[in-house]
Amino acid sequence: MDAVCALRGRDYFPLPGRDIAIEWPMELSLSTILQYIIAGVKIGSIYAMVALGFNIIYNTTGIINFAQGEFVMLGGMFMVTLSKLMPLGLAVPIAVLAVVIVGCMFERAAIWPARGASVIALIMITIGGALLLQGGAMLVWGKNSFPLRHFSSEEPILILGATIQAQTFWIIGVLAIVMVLLAAFFKFTMTGKAMRACAANRAAASLSGISVERMILFSFALSAGIGAMAGIIITPVTLVDYSCGSMYALKGFAAAVLGGLGIPTGAVVGGLIIGLMECFGAALPFQGASSYKDGFALVVLLVFLFAKPSGIFGRAAISELKKF
Amino acid sequence: MGKKNLLGLAALVAVLLLIPHLLGNPYYLGVLVWCGIYSLACMGLSLFMGYCGQISLGHAGFFALGAYISGILTTKAGLSPWPALGVALLGNLLVAFAVGVPALRLRGHYLAMATLGFGVIIYVVADGNPFGLTGGPSGFGGIPRLFPKFSLFGLIRSDDERWYYLVWGIVLVFLALLLNMVHSRVGRALRSIHGGEPAAKAMGINSARYKIETFLLSAGLTSLAGSFYAHYMGFVNPPPFGPMLSIHLVTMVVVGGMTNLWGAIAGTALLTILRERFRAFHEIGLLFDGFILILIMLLFEEGLFVGAAKRLRGVVSRRRPAGLPGGASRQTAGEG
Repeated sequence: MDAVCALRGRDYFPLPGRDIAIEWPMELSLSTILQYIIAGVKIGSIYAMVALGFNIIYNTTGIINFAQGEFVMLGGMFMVTLSKLMPLGLAVPIAVLAVVIVGCMFERAAIWPARGASVIALIMITIGGALLLQGGAMLVWGKNSFPLRHFSSEEPILILGATIQAQTFWIIGVLAIVMVLLAAFFKFTMTGKAMRACAANRAAASLSGISVERMILFSFALSAGIGAMAGIIITPVTLVDYSCGSMYALKGFAAAVLGGLGIPTGAVVGGLIIGLMECFGAALPFQGASSYKDGFALVVLLVFLFAKPSGIFGRAAISELKKF
Repeated sequence: MGKKNLLGLAALVAVLLLIPHLLGNPYYLGVLVWCGIYSLACMGLSLFMGYCGQISLGHAGFFALGAYISGILTTKAGLSPWPALGVALLGNLLVAFAVGVPALRLRGHYLAMATLGFGVIIYVVADGNPFGLTGGPSGFGGIPRLFPKFSLFGLIRSDDERWYYLVWGIVLVFLALLLNMVHSRVGRALRSIHGGEPAAKAMGINSARYKIETFLLSAGLTSLAGSFYAHYMGFVNPPPFGPMLSIHLVTMVVVGGMTNLWGAIAGTALLTILRERFRAFHEIGLLFDGFILILIMLLFEEGLFVGAAKRLRGVVSRRRPAGLPGGASRQTAGEG
């Protein structure tokens, strides 16, 4: 029965985030509803940031980067290690930088050499990248889950009968800052404009003297950085282990599709909707609803992919022209 | 089916008949049973990916459905194994139809994500223990034997040997059928869809119909593999059916060479045996899988065997090594 033990012992795909599961029956008062909303916005902000990362790479390359969730995981992992050595203010930028370097290396080693390959090949390559990063993290940090201390006080704040951790404000704040910075970057800087030009038409951008190669590298750096940031701020709430990335990637992708792939506003709205739905779904009135909450985001993903692949904010005519 | 394939089949039969007499350790026979079970799933997937040019990251879902339906019907509803296997197959085909009709209108990355989502939904449901049927995260055991103990006049000595002959017998039957199919009008139609769907449609090929039929075929084969898994293990739990299984199946197909049914079997055998051999080092299993996927995709898009053979020929004849082999460029052309 060697095989049985081996299969039992090796948990391929743990489902993360069980900590915010709420068991039925439960009274639906204003304060519990508020509690769900807060939990939903908290986790939804993370999905939103993952979705933003998907969008940036998708826009410049037309690739869906299946390794996007691993950037979140790596951000959390580096942060856990660094926070033991130095103050938070220093650890955060170094952790982000480390993940950015990993993202750039991944692009140089696997994505750039594969330009012009078929879609199936590109999908397999980013999946391969995800496995490599997961496997690497497992070798470096092992299979344990790691906690991280909250950025500020761990004392929850009471608002209208709902308890809010201070970390929630950090998460929402970071999402807001990332959004503002990204918007400013794409609107006002030359690099940002060049990246938008790549998104509109790579060939034309290249003809007008934009180095598409550099823009693609840059998009991987940028989305690795955003992913790392998401990992850093969510780890105090959910813990981090080597395998937690794939679920973030799936739900982040669901968020991106829900809002319309490639549309930044869509990513944020999609992320928040998925987060809220998950938390309210966990409170649905049937036995053990919370154990299915990971499925809700995916059901939404399938419904949208089947019924309206262009998402809430996308237009069908435009998505027809896009290459998948 | 072609002379080459007939010879290949004959050679495979001969090798398969010889192996049990050469292997001393029954453990190796068990590994070969696993090769056969995964080969079943991979043949269907190879047809769907290599010939039809689609992608599925959700075949673990069909595998799990096959295993769980077989397991539940035999342990909790008291059905005997073969009818249960039939019901599992039917159930799987229904699910595959319901998912496939809308999903196969999608292409590339969207199709990949939709199928991945489907697979994870099945996993989450199995993990959640609906109506107390699946046993939740710890699963359930006690799944009965698939067939009585027969010995064929003392020729067959152990249970693993019985499984070995049964599974590989079924693999051979399906391999022969599928080889026949891909060398027929249907196979040419599938390849034309891979080459470029608009062009195939313009030639009067009902591409939507062919795609869904191939999807159903591959889901059915994967369901069989799942049912065999359940009866062979006697026990099912969710972890082996996570999205990693889908990725493993795709890796096996890709390593062997997507555009070749023989490749599916060769890739499955190679990776299953390697995994078993290096089980002690399974810490690096993920790294290994990742490296293999990226390397194969960057260097030999046609698969390890065909790609390496072409390279070798290129080196031997002192010509420029085939940077992008013909098959790969054809695939790229089909993407636009």
